Amino acid sequence: MTFELFIFYLLTAIATISGLMMITIKNPVKAALWLILAFIATAGVWIMAQAEFLGLVLILVYVGALMVLFLFVVMMLDINISILKDGFTPYLPLGVMASIAIFSMMYLVVGPEHFGIEVTGEPMNNAANYNNTKSIAIPLYTTHVYAFVLAAVLLLLGIVAAISLTLRRRPTTEVLYQNVNKQVNTLAADRFRMVKMASVVEKDLPSKEEDEK
Amino acid sequence: MFETLQAFLSTFLFEWLAILMTLVIQAVAVVLPIMLVVAWLTYAERKVIGYMQARMGPNRVGYFGLMQPIADAIKLMNKEIIFPDQANKFLFIIAPVLAIAPAVAAWAVIPFADGMVVTDLNAGVLYILAVSSILVYGVIIAGWASNSKYAFLGAMRGAAQKISYEIAMGFALVTVLMIAGSMNLTEIVKGQQGGIFNWYLLPLLPMFFVYFISGLAETNRTPFDVVEGEAEIVAGFHVDYSGMTFGIFMLAEYAMMILISFMTSIMFLGGWLSPFEGIPYLEAAFAWVPQLGWLAFKVSFLLFVFIWLRATFPRYRYDQLMRLGWKVLIPVTILWVFVVGVMKYFDFGPWFN
Repeated sequence: MTFELFIFYLLTAIATISGLMMITIKNPVKAALWLILAFIATAGVWIMAQAEFLGLVLILVYVGALMVLFLFVVMMLDINISILKDGFTPYLPLGVMASIAIFSMMYLVVGPEHFGIEVTGEPMNNAANYNNTKSIAIPLYTTHVYAFVLAAVLLLLGIVAAISLTLRRRPTTEVLYQNVNKQVNTLAADRFRMVKMASVVEKDLPSKEEDEK
Repeated sequence: MFETLQAFLSTFLFEWLAILMTLVIQAVAVVLPIMLVVAWLTYAERKVIGYMQARMGPNRVGYFGLMQPIADAIKLMNKEIIFPDQANKFLFIIAPVLAIAPAVAAWAVIPFADGMVVTDLNAGVLYILAVSSILVYGVIIAGWASNSKYAFLGAMRGAAQKISYEIAMGFALVTVLMIAGSMNLTEIVKGQQGGIFNWYLLPLLPMFFVYFISGLAETNRTPFDVVEGEAEIVAGFHVDYSGMTFGIFMLAEYAMMILISFMTSIMFLGGWLSPFEGIPYLEAAFAWVPQLGWLAFKVSFLLFVFIWLRATFPRYRYDQLMRLGWKVLIPVTILWVFVVGVMKYFDFGPWFN
């Protein structure tokens, strides 16, 4: 067994086990954590397949940003699993049938007869200085530039839609807003006024006592 | 050097075992000095802040208190590790591991001098970004597993802050990539050859500041240390950690500080290159300084700035911190990406080697 093969089997084993754990474990937070492990192991497999750009971006985008937000939401939920599981069993036959149907369709499309060295041929072995990023970027920004820009615009649209759905401005009679620009731009003179006044000299103690008498 | 070691090991071991052992030895050769630097960085921090506040700082253990980090380490290791009653024990233990592992793994692609690098990865910058984005999980899981309100609030703050500043950081790196035309850290340094005026510092001055400020926020240093805002949430996400589990979070924080300083020096301050290249007499006068020496000098200066800021600035309020990240730094970086793009398109600018 070569070292690469050893690493490959290690990563695929981690990916498979964590994928299984993710759908079987009860606690949603732990499920999300298993999913993260699956992502990382998959990224490792991609990097071994000489797609280091995709592998690193998978970690950067999915693990570093997306799953953090997922965890945020899941952690703040107070889920009672026993209530959620109520009434699951009546649907068991239907669920089994659906999953068998999906699995068989996937088997027909991506089954073992479509893969393997005989079908796909030997994978290309690139030189050590081969620039994976460039070879993705050049077709992406030349041949497929319209599709790429379209996807970007769609994503932007999604952001705008999501924000405008949740954005609400209440009148200042109900809620007080902070004007951070104003806060940041305050000068000492706005908050603090220097007053000139004549100095007051306190009388010494004996004369004070005489005054009080 | 490591190839000969691997060849020697593979004469009497399995091939994969020889490779594995060589990799482990390489990792130790990089990580051990980093951990030693971390130890004395804590000493430097206490000493510098001490003098800035007209105090002595640690001065009891060893000459000038130099053995203080060792004493601290022994103390932390001997302390009992307390597990909160309702904590999720497995995640509670794994959280410090998740905090330190990325902070150590990132060192695999950092070049210390020309050719002195563990892996000369083509996508080095991307690797650093990806690995440091995993760092958030240490904080989040620590906060959640402790099963404490304060720890959880601290974790939430920390995670939101790190994600926000990561975007500005990524964009700042994009401008560097645009100018250097490579994601390989060695290539980026080599692109800055020719003295201080050829460094990316001047053309990317705003990005330098954006990167360093984001670095402060990434490592939860003052003025961005709302994660452990003592006045509001006790000690943040590691409030329930004691002994060495707490110490590991500290190790990770300082290792990240050093990493950010290294990245800033490599990408904006010419890495291991001398600032006097091409200047008649100074170049010869400073020819004796080794490459690692220049890099170490730049990194120590940046680390001093980290400490200096901690002694000087008060903590940001949370909404101001978010505002700075989203409404100031990110627009500035996006604007500068366009500026650099236009300059690159018209081949304008004195810095393209």
